[in-house]
Amino acid sequence: MITVENLSKSFGPKKAVDGVSFKVERGEVLGFLGPNGAGKSTTMRMVTGFIPPSEGSVKVGGFDMLENPLPAKRLIGYLPENAPAYSDMTVLGFLNFAAELRGLRGENRKKAVDRVIDMCFLESVVHQSIETLSKGYRHRTCFAQSILHDPDVLIMDEPTDGLDPNQKHEVRNLIRRMGEKKAIIFSTHILEEVEAVCSRAIIIDRGRIVANGTPAQLKQRSAHAGSVSVCVRDLTPEVARQKFEQIASVRSATVLRQEKTRLWLRVLPKGESQNGELARSIAELLVKERLGFEELHTEEGRLDEVFRAITRPETLREEQK
Amino acid sequence: MNTWANIKTITKRELTGYFASPVAYVFIVVFLLMCGFFTFMLGRLIERGEASLAAFFMWHPWLYLFFVPAVGMRLWAEERRLGTLELLFTMPITAWQAILGKFLASWLFLALALALTFPIALTVNYLGDPDNGVILGGYFGSLLLAGSYLAITSLTSSMTRNQVVSFIIAVVVCLFLVLCGFPPVTELLTRMEWPGLVSFVASFSFMTHFEGLQKGVLDSRDVVFFLSVIGFSLFATGVILRAHRAG
Repeated sequence: MITVENLSKSFGPKKAVDGVSFKVERGEVLGFLGPNGAGKSTTMRMVTGFIPPSEGSVKVGGFDMLENPLPAKRLIGYLPENAPAYSDMTVLGFLNFAAELRGLRGENRKKAVDRVIDMCFLESVVHQSIETLSKGYRHRTCFAQSILHDPDVLIMDEPTDGLDPNQKHEVRNLIRRMGEKKAIIFSTHILEEVEAVCSRAIIIDRGRIVANGTPAQLKQRSAHAGSVSVCVRDLTPEVARQKFEQIASVRSATVLRQEKTRLWLRVLPKGESQNGELARSIAELLVKERLGFEELHTEEGRLDEVFRAITRPETLREEQK
Repeated sequence: MNTWANIKTITKRELTGYFASPVAYVFIVVFLLMCGFFTFMLGRLIERGEASLAAFFMWHPWLYLFFVPAVGMRLWAEERRLGTLELLFTMPITAWQAILGKFLASWLFLALALALTFPIALTVNYLGDPDNGVILGGYFGSLLLAGSYLAITSLTSSMTRNQVVSFIIAVVVCLFLVLCGFPPVTELLTRMEWPGLVSFVASFSFMTHFEGLQKGVLDSRDVVFFLSVIGFSLFATGVILRAHRAG
């Protein structure tokens, strides 16, 4: 549905977006990650046709955004950053206005507006003017605007920004549900959101794509992905380490912390550990030697670690020192 | 067909935007009071003993100088401040539909304010026997004049996100276009013995072109002048908005 090729944007001498290419198909939810000022919003603005790219092309549903913007824009629903809305209008007036610009009239318009008011829980404020709304309601009003015409492509810039935890949960569910039938791009700072909602994630740093994959694939890039955490009882750190390092597939074991009789260790595998093979051999050892243990699990790797490692290599290196 | 529907939608929104706040009513009342004051006190409509609205129309270039930029200053500055420009320009409409829709809304608002001055026309009709064709021509000219000021305000409004800045620039530009045909200025140029320059500069003035229209002389050159000011300013608005988006 969305094909972005070699997209670049310069503001004066500064290159905000530099050679970004990706594709999003129907049924995919693409998460856009990156530090502030990495070029996420600029990329989204180019995809939605708000700003023209300096180089490269954007195609939505086969229509080129530069050469044939109207049919391309018809397919898109867009929630800009900070959810702008005309503050002097009522919620209903604003949605009616947006629906008319989307080409919905008469009975169709009424049906569409009723549907989104229902979906976004706006019944209680429909006749209120937008400037009197709380941030959460204003945000949902703008979100409602973006799904009025049931678009095939949905682009959202920080859709859960400024919402309370319940509303965040609600919006995430909505995105996941809609993601089954639409092509969705959304940007966020919240990494758990990516794991909860996205089928694929792209990390952007300084205008370039630095990682592109499913959340699981990205997590595997984490330094500790594939290692096993284990908590054993009544063992001294030295003895525990020795025992675990005897296992053939173990590279090293490090003690994480000690608390009375309990001891937490991280066991790193030699090479790639497949399907919890390492955890199995550790479990066998623990059972064989009749050692008491409380916890044993394979680390999936953490997205925030990956994110930091990719976007700020120098800070992570310092931390490791 | 779709084009006009989009323009109509935007015009409707802008117009309801005006009347959503009491400011619109205050504007109209102040405009009407000023019209009355200038016409009767300074223009001495009654004492003149003329059955015409010359004393009414002659003040319009000056009245509009502040009134029109005040009405039009929010057109694009407000969109930029609220960030709704991003919403508007990602909708399936073209930029000129939005520009024209907004312009028409403000122009209709000004037309309404102007139409509400009808008691003055009635007064003249009651007291004497004026040429109503001339009065109608005067209203037509006044409307074109207001449109030209408005198009310039639309242009200045697109340059900034601050309404006050847009207001001030619009007043300055309009003042310049009024003054370059104002007798003291043209006389100064005549005294400097640049006769060619005088007619050249004066031909850009609202005054020169409004003078004929307010007397009921419907010269196509004057009409074309006002329409080209409107057309050019709206076109430039589009260029500036595009440049702003391109960064």
